Amino acid sequence: MDFLTLIQQCINGISLGSTYALIAIGYTMVYGCLRLINFAHADIMMVGAFLSFFAINSLGLPFIASAIFAILLCILLGIIIDKIAYLPLRSAPRISMLITAIGISFFLENIFNVFFGSTPKFFNAPEFLSQNINIVGISLTHITIIIPAVTILLLIMLLQFLYNTKQGMAIRATAFDIHTIGLMGINVNTIIAIVFAIGSSLAGIGGIFYAVSYPTIDPLMGVLIGLKAFAAAVLGGIGSVGGAVLGGFILGFTEVMAVAIFPNLGGYKDAFAFLFLILVLLFRPVGIMGDWKLEKSRF
Amino acid sequence: MKVKNLYHNNPTATTFSGHILVYILMIVVLFLAQSVLDDYLLRVFNNILIFVILAVSYNLINGVTGQLSLEPNGFVAIGAYVTALMLLDSDSKLGMFQLSDPHPFVLSMYSELLPALLCSGLVAAFISILLAFPVFRVRGDYLAIVTLGFGFIIKILAINNPEWTNGAIGLNEIPNNNDTIMNSIQAFMYSIANSPNMPESIKAFMSYLYTHSFENGANITIFFWSGIIATASVILILQIVYSKFGRAMKAVRDDEDAAIAMGINTFKIKTFAFSTSAFLEGVGGGLMAVWLTTIDPKIFGFELTFQLLIIIVLGGLGSTTGAILGTILVIGGGEWLRFLDQPLVFFGTDFGSYPGLRMVFFSLILLCIMLFAREGIMGKKELWDLNPKKKFFKG
Repeated sequence: MDFLTLIQQCINGISLGSTYALIAIGYTMVYGCLRLINFAHADIMMVGAFLSFFAINSLGLPFIASAIFAILLCILLGIIIDKIAYLPLRSAPRISMLITAIGISFFLENIFNVFFGSTPKFFNAPEFLSQNINIVGISLTHITIIIPAVTILLLIMLLQFLYNTKQGMAIRATAFDIHTIGLMGINVNTIIAIVFAIGSSLAGIGGIFYAVSYPTIDPLMGVLIGLKAFAAAVLGGIGSVGGAVLGGFILGFTEVMAVAIFPNLGGYKDAFAFLFLILVLLFRPVGIMGDWKLEKSRF
Repeated sequence: MKVKNLYHNNPTATTFSGHILVYILMIVVLFLAQSVLDDYLLRVFNNILIFVILAVSYNLINGVTGQLSLEPNGFVAIGAYVTALMLLDSDSKLGMFQLSDPHPFVLSMYSELLPALLCSGLVAAFISILLAFPVFRVRGDYLAIVTLGFGFIIKILAINNPEWTNGAIGLNEIPNNNDTIMNSIQAFMYSIANSPNMPESIKAFMSYLYTHSFENGANITIFFWSGIIATASVILILQIVYSKFGRAMKAVRDDEDAAIAMGINTFKIKTFAFSTSAFLEGVGGGLMAVWLTTIDPKIFGFELTFQLLIIIVLGGLGSTTGAILGTILVIGGGEWLRFLDQPLVFFGTDFGSYPGLRMVFFSLILLCIMLFAREGIMGKKELWDLNPKKKFFKG
């Protein structure tokens, strides 16, 4: 493989990694606040892709408008899921919330299966996004460059929000100690609703990006991507937003590069995320950017 | 008081003859079910029996020891493949393997049902002990994602090693009558039913059982062994839970640091629970392979793990009888909801058919049960710990 193809694959890997990163942020923030592996999160990504598909094909909206429509509905869905399935169980054993998360995940997958059918649908994105551009001999589609750029922009915005606003501070405080923060006069449920809104909007964006770059969507598309994104969140150190993005980039990059360099490992593509995660956890059981001190109080 | 209820109310502290009585009772129930239930209900019953094995053993590591392990699908897959490969003879393997020639070792594997099931369990347990070293370095939710990863890797390995597993095509036509014990029971029943010296009533009863069990084409072998092994698993798990090891497991679940401080070797206890549950999951997987007669990597995905997790949490994490109750609810209820996938007709109006509607309702019912019975139906209690005066649902 020549050098240019290598660079091209690198950028493809980073682009895929950005999609993982966008979804991993939602996992890591919800996990940070509620200590909940939100299995329904990946399905919000699927819902984002499907709603955008629906808006383009049935409502006839332009791509950008359909994306905004999908993201807004994803935010609403995230908040509703929190209110219905997680809010009543805040004081219950954590495993109960895990089961309601799996229940919501099954529900979303199957309700979309009922409405849209289980056959994969072709997602017709605007042609501009899949056009090729040439930069010093490297041929790339527009979308592979737009995805990482938007991801980094959103990450900067999110970090600004988390570290420079009162709500952001409240979110970080919730992640640190959810029991005390209620005593400080902060409405915990509002803060968690904000967390779900942020996570769901990012998952929706990730879903649309994924649908544009791999243009078939089906109701079960979220399952595997979601698990890989969760692996990315754990790899980066769960609870850390920067770690989630880093983990996402690393996983996407490794996945694409490993298959590019060793084509006969193609069948193991989906297992790389977990192999890599297991290796890292063996040497650093809290992930790359995880905090040892916080772990003590957690488990 | 509470401690006494939880730990010393041991129903399995009976004599050896008590256990024999339970098995005989189970055999009678099996043969009765065989002759009373129709073919469809029998299949549901058999499915429940196999899932009882999986659920009670999964409950040992997940509920009793409190380690959120998410890889029973891997052990079930290992068990299913080992049993299937051992039951198929070399000719059918050579005919079946299309993607690649079978590995010489695969060709040499051949045995009857019981040794095959035993090997399935042992292989699964051996692999679980190997996995315990890396897996139990991490705790809590990290353990969940690591084990989920291992379960997934086992599935990917099954897809990508066609000389061992025939890849994504899977194995089919797994024989289900390859069992000397069942064949001799059959011969015994036949000889009694046709013996001239027996009283007429016994002869009539035996020939009734024989015709209903063996002659209507139903697969009594796997049904019989599912029942026997399910009973054995429940007894074994209860014996472990109420033993010294069981108390240590509960200590690890309730406070791992305190357990270490009390001198419990938590790694040993976790590995013991992990490998015991892996053994039974392997055996259950073997039974599943024989029951389905066709297996491929797709059926051993996360969905299987999540289904088992739902079963044990719904029944009450840590409660063995709860796991059995959960199995009946989830498997039986799931079958009952199957009418939703058929064309729907209410009050003479045809609403059309919506494939997938069953799972929509299943997940809604699951949500409702979890919202109203947060610790599952039984909580950590067993059936015999329940105080009928107390409220059934907590929350």
